[in-house]
Amino acid sequence: MKINSLLKELDFMAECRKYGLGFWQCPNSLFLVMGLIIIFAMLLTYYVGIHLVDPEVVIAMVSIVTMILLVIGHSVVSSFSRIVEANRMKSEFVSIVSHQLRTPLSALKWSLDLLRSERLGKVSVKQKEYLDIINDSGVKMIRLVNDLLNVNRIEEGRFAMQPKLFSLTEAIQSTIDELKVMAKAQNVNLFFENSNHYEVYADPDKIKMVIQNLIDNAIKYSKKEGGDVRISVEKQKEMIRVSVKDNGIGIPDLVKKQVFGKFFRGDNLIKQKVEGTGLGLFIAKGIIKLSGGDMGFESVEGLGSNFWFTLPVPDLSKAKQTEADNKLVINNQNK
Amino acid sequence: MGKILFVEDEPSLQKAISEVLTQEGYQVIEARDGEEGLKQAKKEKPNLILLDLILPKKDGFEVLKELKADDELKDIPVIVLTNLEGIGDVEKALSLGATTYLVKANYDLEDVVKKIKELVG
Repeated sequence: MKINSLLKELDFMAECRKYGLGFWQCPNSLFLVMGLIIIFAMLLTYYVGIHLVDPEVVIAMVSIVTMILLVIGHSVVSSFSRIVEANRMKSEFVSIVSHQLRTPLSALKWSLDLLRSERLGKVSVKQKEYLDIINDSGVKMIRLVNDLLNVNRIEEGRFAMQPKLFSLTEAIQSTIDELKVMAKAQNVNLFFENSNHYEVYADPDKIKMVIQNLIDNAIKYSKKEGGDVRISVEKQKEMIRVSVKDNGIGIPDLVKKQVFGKFFRGDNLIKQKVEGTGLGLFIAKGIIKLSGGDMGFESVEGLGSNFWFTLPVPDLSKAKQTEADNKLVINNQNK
Repeated sequence: MGKILFVEDEPSLQKAISEVLTQEGYQVIEARDGEEGLKQAKKEKPNLILLDLILPKKDGFEVLKELKADDELKDIPVIVLTNLEGIGDVEKALSLGATTYLVKANYDLEDVVKKIKELVG
């Protein structure tokens, strides 16, 4: 196992292969070549300098080596822009595909809504069962498309936030109320100790998405027989910290590094047949970072996890002023 | 009885909404592009306009701008019903005078109907 991961570390071309770049287009290998040439050139110059007294030869050699390095340097720069371009094309592709997918998906969803509402005539129990299956799949696809769009926006730094002052405590409470039924179905008890009221200055919808994601995960990854999820909010110096602590299956040490990555679904989690896109925590952390906070977790496999995030304590006078300014702008534009 | 103008270029979406709204007792007028939408708005003076943003001939932002510039039409509430959700799109539509902005993929048909009822009664 250890040798395997060591070899992986040494495989400097791995990243480039992902982008389909060859040896002479890969910055990693080009830097290696450049380093070797420099070392070789220095040794050679040293040798020539000692044994031949003719300075012209040394100068000519240094010039040639410098020229070679210049050419390699140029290749490095162009290979970097090739990678940037590949990445940009990928983002654009995801964005176009996702937007294009939304239209047929909403047509599908609305037609199904119409059938399921029985506005077009009675639907038998058996038919309803299958309509519900199609509907669930449709909803899942829409969620995946939305997640992909959000990932793209976060990666490109174009995630639109509409911050305002709101009660974090109330946001947590209402999320808990929404998820109670789902928790009960899996025998999970939700506890929330809200002795104090905390306000934050952030985008309420996005923060609610984060809270929902964390509690949702805590419920999903509970043990088969059920469990407890404890949510708490407290003030720590200049930050307000929210924790969601469960006594579920926990996260194995081996995959801890990947938890906030894209499409992360650990072995243990897949074994439990949990649904999800594997994008939730990546998006959640992106939202929290953009809101000026941080996110992390502690976890012991078999005992449970504690996921937390922080948000800055709002500067009340400043927050109110920004909000008033925003309203003024919108009012003026309406006039 | 309320009269609703629905400007949308995707026929299947138009069909589903029209079906429900007709059942709810509204009169639905359909338009397939921005220009036709404006023409129908002037002719029919609807109680509410449902407006997509990506439209042939004239896009939804342009339609919205012209609606709000027309003294006879500017008080008609406009629900933007779209799948476009780029940065600034929501702010732009609201600042141009749209009453609400709904992303199609994120709303059930019944939710949309509920919003319409709230605005038209």
